[in-house]
Amino acid sequence: MKEKKLMRDIFIEAVWKQMQKDRMIFFLCGDFGAVSLDNIRRDFCDRFINTGIAEQNLINVAVGLALEKYTVYAYGIAPFLTMRPYEQIRNLSIIAQVKELNVNLIGVGAGLSYDLSGPSHHCYEDISIMRLLPNIEVFSPSDLVLTEKFADIAVACKYPKYIRLDGKPVSRVYPENISIKKGFCELKTGSDICLVSTGYMTGVSLEVSEELSCAGVDIGLVDIFTMKRLNKNNLFSVLKNYRWIITLEEGFIGGGGLDGLIADLLSEKDSLIRLKKLGFKKGYVFENGDRLQLHRMNKIDGKNLKKIVEKLWKGKKY
Amino acid sequence: MEKNIIDMLLEKALYVRKETLKLHLLSPETRIASSLSAIEIYTVLYYGGILKYDSSDPEWQGRDRLIVSKGHGAISLYPIFADLKFFHKNELGRIGQPGALLKAIPDCLIPGFESINGALGNGLGEGCGISLALKAKKLAAKVFVISGDGELNEGSTWESVMFAGHHKLNNLNLIIDSNKLSMLGYCRKILDLEPLEDKFGVFGWQVDTADGHDIQNLFMKLRQMKDSTNNKPKVLIANTIKGKGIPELEKDPLCHIRSLSADRVRHILKTLK
Repeated sequence: MKEKKLMRDIFIEAVWKQMQKDRMIFFLCGDFGAVSLDNIRRDFCDRFINTGIAEQNLINVAVGLALEKYTVYAYGIAPFLTMRPYEQIRNLSIIAQVKELNVNLIGVGAGLSYDLSGPSHHCYEDISIMRLLPNIEVFSPSDLVLTEKFADIAVACKYPKYIRLDGKPVSRVYPENISIKKGFCELKTGSDICLVSTGYMTGVSLEVSEELSCAGVDIGLVDIFTMKRLNKNNLFSVLKNYRWIITLEEGFIGGGGLDGLIADLLSEKDSLIRLKKLGFKKGYVFENGDRLQLHRMNKIDGKNLKKIVEKLWKGKKY
Repeated sequence: MEKNIIDMLLEKALYVRKETLKLHLLSPETRIASSLSAIEIYTVLYYGGILKYDSSDPEWQGRDRLIVSKGHGAISLYPIFADLKFFHKNELGRIGQPGALLKAIPDCLIPGFESINGALGNGLGEGCGISLALKAKKLAAKVFVISGDGELNEGSTWESVMFAGHHKLNNLNLIIDSNKLSMLGYCRKILDLEPLEDKFGVFGWQVDTADGHDIQNLFMKLRQMKDSTNNKPKVLIANTIKGKGIPELEKDPLCHIRSLSADRVRHILKTLK
């Protein structure tokens, strides 16, 4: 059951509340809106700026404000916010190593959120390119509860962050009291096989793992929502109980995304756990179709995931 | 009074030029030609009372903010900052050494530098953000950004030019060290910037020009720029000569990538007046 509200609305409503209490917050947007943004625009017109379709300047202005100790939100469409101004974000990463800069990059449209808009608007690369830059945290919420929690810590944690929000309604995954400290959550404990996913794909993984569970196939499921400051020892202590790990992401695989994070961890721990990476491997998706259809074409839909798991499970049995 | 100031500034400019050459002697990978064109600009900004600063508290809230967008041409600020006690003068002699404070391109670990700007085309946007912050904090301090003219090829600069004009960032002052050259030759042959004054004018900026090596002219123009009370961002196009003071650099369109030999620098230091 999908929630009615969008991640961006939950996030922006939380920022609106913060701005009522804290005068040291600026909200910048690169000519990209949301219904909820009207409240900020109306109530804080002196601290809300639409910088226009000019992402390089958007980030540089954000850095300038942050150098003066403001908490800054820079809001835009995920692929354009992360890739057009990559050098400016790199500068942010460099300066943040020696100065406190609280810049929050809020990208809407993670993965194939903009399914029908085609490859220019799909976002396959953001996790790997943002994960590459030191000093920038990457948050990838899978539901609205996490989204709101990341909005809450955006002000308190004074380092640069990239928060990737889905553009489409998502299902509820977490209870309100979920702790985000570890940076991940073992949503389901199973045996032999563990699915590891992030963002929208955690919803897909959850459905698949529940269906499999009904059929007597008990696999584990881990949702990764913090890419840098996650407790790696803790994560490994969960993963080491499995023989197979399947990473599932709506991005390119083999380029340092979620799969890279898990592969690095297994390598650091000299682990012999087998790793299967699911995502986009053939390149950009030009085909027309909604999100599910595009997932099917690229074999990352729930049905295909189920097949892959069942095949591995049978291999274990026989 | 005015004459005394000009004489003092001339003396300081000579000090800065000599010290800049000494830095190049110690660290030949520094961009000497690009650093020489901005010497009078930096000298007047800091010794002419244009910029407010407190070297004992480089992050003093009331200071004017200087962003050096042409990071490669900024080593001539080192002798000024050392002289004004932002850091100890001994640091000048250690440039480029392992563990030393000073590098060929300044970073924000060095007291006096607000940001890092080795990658061109980003200083003006950062300056716009600082300008907004100062206005929001209701501080009278001003923002100065030093850009090269070749750097204006960067599209990001023009995003910021439009932004500053649109938002009437009247506490923002851009000084262009217009030495007419980028790395591989004359700007007008590579990507013509002219008519530069008109371009800034149509984006809503107050535009003025100066002789970037004439201390008296620069002193007057920079004071006028800072005292101007209109609601526009301001740009001063300082016409300069890349490699100023060194004949072989002045006439070489490729001087950006030239280094001077140690013997040549020693000879110049003896003759420079």
